[in-house]
Amino acid sequence: MSNTNPMGIGLAVLNRIASSPAIDRLGLRRATERAVYQGAKSGFQAAGTANRTFKRVKGSGKPTRQRASGDSGVFDLTPTEDQEMIVGVVQEFADEVLRPAAAEADEKDLTSKEVLAQTSEFGLTLLNVPEELGGLSEERSAVTGVLVAEALAYGDMGQAVACLAPASVATAISLWGTDEQQQTYLPAFTADDDIPAAAFAVAEPRALFDPFALETTATKSGEGYVLDGIKSGVVRGTEAELFVVAASLDGESRLFVVESGTQGVSLAEDPSMGLRAASLTRLKLDGVTVPASALLGTADDFRESVRLSRLAWAGLALGTGKAVLDYTKEYVVGREAFGEPIAYRQSVAFMVANIAIELEGLRMVTLKAASRIDQGTDASREIALARKLAAEYGMKIGTDGVQLLGGHGFVKEHPVERWYRDLRAIGVMEGVVLV
Amino acid sequence: MINLETPKKFRGFVEQAHQVADNFLRANSRKYDLAEHEYPKELDLLASLVDGMGDSGQGQGAGAAGVRRGEDDDPKAKGKGKGKVKNGANMSSVLSIIEMCWGDVGLLLSMPRQGLGNSAIASVATDEQLERFKGTWASMAITEPGFGSDSAAISTTAVKDGDEYVLNGEKIYVTSGERSDSVVVWATLDKKLGRAAIKSFVVPKSLPGIRVERLEHKLGIKASDTAVILLENCRVPAENLLGSPEIDTKQGFAGAMATFDNTRPLVAGMAVGCARASLELLREILEQSGVEIDYDRPASVQSHAAATFLQLEADWEAALLLTLKAAWLADNGKPNSLEASMSKAKAGRVGNDVTLRAVELAGTLGYGETELLEKWSRDSKILDIFEGTQQIQQLIVARRLLNLSSSQLR
Repeated sequence: MSNTNPMGIGLAVLNRIASSPAIDRLGLRRATERAVYQGAKSGFQAAGTANRTFKRVKGSGKPTRQRASGDSGVFDLTPTEDQEMIVGVVQEFADEVLRPAAAEADEKDLTSKEVLAQTSEFGLTLLNVPEELGGLSEERSAVTGVLVAEALAYGDMGQAVACLAPASVATAISLWGTDEQQQTYLPAFTADDDIPAAAFAVAEPRALFDPFALETTATKSGEGYVLDGIKSGVVRGTEAELFVVAASLDGESRLFVVESGTQGVSLAEDPSMGLRAASLTRLKLDGVTVPASALLGTADDFRESVRLSRLAWAGLALGTGKAVLDYTKEYVVGREAFGEPIAYRQSVAFMVANIAIELEGLRMVTLKAASRIDQGTDASREIALARKLAAEYGMKIGTDGVQLLGGHGFVKEHPVERWYRDLRAIGVMEGVVLV
Repeated sequence: MINLETPKKFRGFVEQAHQVADNFLRANSRKYDLAEHEYPKELDLLASLVDGMGDSGQGQGAGAAGVRRGEDDDPKAKGKGKGKVKNGANMSSVLSIIEMCWGDVGLLLSMPRQGLGNSAIASVATDEQLERFKGTWASMAITEPGFGSDSAAISTTAVKDGDEYVLNGEKIYVTSGERSDSVVVWATLDKKLGRAAIKSFVVPKSLPGIRVERLEHKLGIKASDTAVILLENCRVPAENLLGSPEIDTKQGFAGAMATFDNTRPLVAGMAVGCARASLELLREILEQSGVEIDYDRPASVQSHAAATFLQLEADWEAALLLTLKAAWLADNGKPNSLEASMSKAKAGRVGNDVTLRAVELAGTLGYGETELLEKWSRDSKILDIFEGTQQIQQLIVARRLLNLSSSQLR
């Protein structure tokens, strides 16, 4: 399986080294990490040629889809019992696993295998996969997706993104895949363990990027397509075994399923300001030939995928924003200046109040957008508004969080500087995660 | 199940309210903006219609019917439908107000028998009082020349004398103070005892000793009369005191302030309605000028006007939903002080920002009186001031979030 490819073995070894208490005892950690970093920095490298082969299953008919829940007709902000249960588990995981591991994951540019394995244990990849295909639910629930993204990002956004990336690929294939694509790829994601690393690659590294005007191209060639271009924001790209890649086909943005072992696929580390635990990479497609069956969904489905990813980012912003709010609330009451808590000053207290107000506003708009998706109604407007708010106030909350802590906010003793870096991703990222 | 759409049972009613707002309020908007202090007679007919709707149990008319929290509102108190989510009077009031203020804020505030005083009566009156004051048009008198936000500084006095209270003082900014037939006056029984001694009284204007001194000339909401009211040895029957006559220093101001938890989302709704009018017209004007607003393309690759519009609409949507949330909590018997103030803070500033930006983007077309954009940007300012200014809302939100008292966070 995946561990037989050279890169996989390399990473597995590195991981073992990294987690070994021996290197701490011997004082080797810094040196080891630098070696790993330099190794990864050396430009685009081919992904392993011996990745997992997804056994092609011939489609036998119509694909399976989750159904919409319809309009309940009642304004309600109460999650369902199922949602409460799922979110409860995720919250616990975020509190007990993600938050304590966040600083180290950020420093190492890596979400640990153990953390990733735990997400497959509680079935993160199953959320949007139809029950018939081994998933969790018969009903589509973007609301659940938002609540889960929020809960994960409350722990740590970088690791949340790493955990959600394979789930997002599974979601895309569930939502838009043909019967053949579903049968071929989903079993790997619904397995009990060894969930493949996988990434949903839409963004391209340039200013004013527009997902509806892609520079990555798909050209018809014989029975299939040839893909060329560079994608960015690719989560754990060097480990990924499967990509869903956006490319322009006859002037329309479309999605393609690309296995990482395909000739012409190469990857380069792309460490960024934040989300470091997501091990961001760039993906280069150089004359990558894929079969006709690689085309995933329609142009409308691509549009939908952009919307759903923006919604997921809004959900992530909610979680990290809440982390900032809770942290600063405690800090301003405890921190004293001029003989009293700084919270007694309106300029400080009002900043916290505004964090709470804008965060709650964003939360309501995001949930409305998600609930419209679940109901099967058009959510394009609400998603655009949620994205705008998330980009605007997500970053505002991040920067105010650092400001409220002053010098303490600027140093790594406190997590707010990491949240600041992570929140800058909101509004920048396209694709990557889906609800 | 999470769902933030307009409740199904109110959709027809909202559509009706919209038609009313269009035909009675919007249609007379400019007329009464220009003719400040003139009585909008068109509203009399409308008021009867609203009374009829209220009596038949269809929604909440203009929304000033007030909000009572009885046993009905507590889902746990009911055997049947236990734990069932309710969309009730708070929600329908807010929805109604939004539509009406899409029509005209000033005219909504001038609706006969729908004054803020009616809200107070409906919210805190005993059943007997409710019956006795039925059909009155009550305005609300809190502010005085010497204070605004700091309502504990009330200097109007009420002195018990036999079966009556004798009221003395000057009240300003009394909305519908001239047109109403009674005024809910806030006065102190004993200034030394602070907030706990502040009580409100329903004072019929037919009583000797109460009179309208003058009307204000204002920046906006000109259709609504704003009066200065003088009370000079005005003798008010003791049974017109709303709430308990006892001075409970422990409970303090809480009782009086509780009304605001219910009325703040309504004022937030006014800002939401007014701003929606601006947004809609702005969109039309921009589209006529060839601006395309695309919800899918990144804002940064669209025109500045389109990107600005998206930001305004996003803020507006957040204000709307915060307001509906505050109402929903109240309908379901949950505490909502925090959310009520959040909604008022957000809607107040968004309402002002949206309407002013709309004028800016529409240029001299927006600035001139041929369109209503300039009017809405004047009307919206008061909505970030009355029923608690932006700063007061932030203070309330901050105190609650940080668990600080008013002596700690001043």
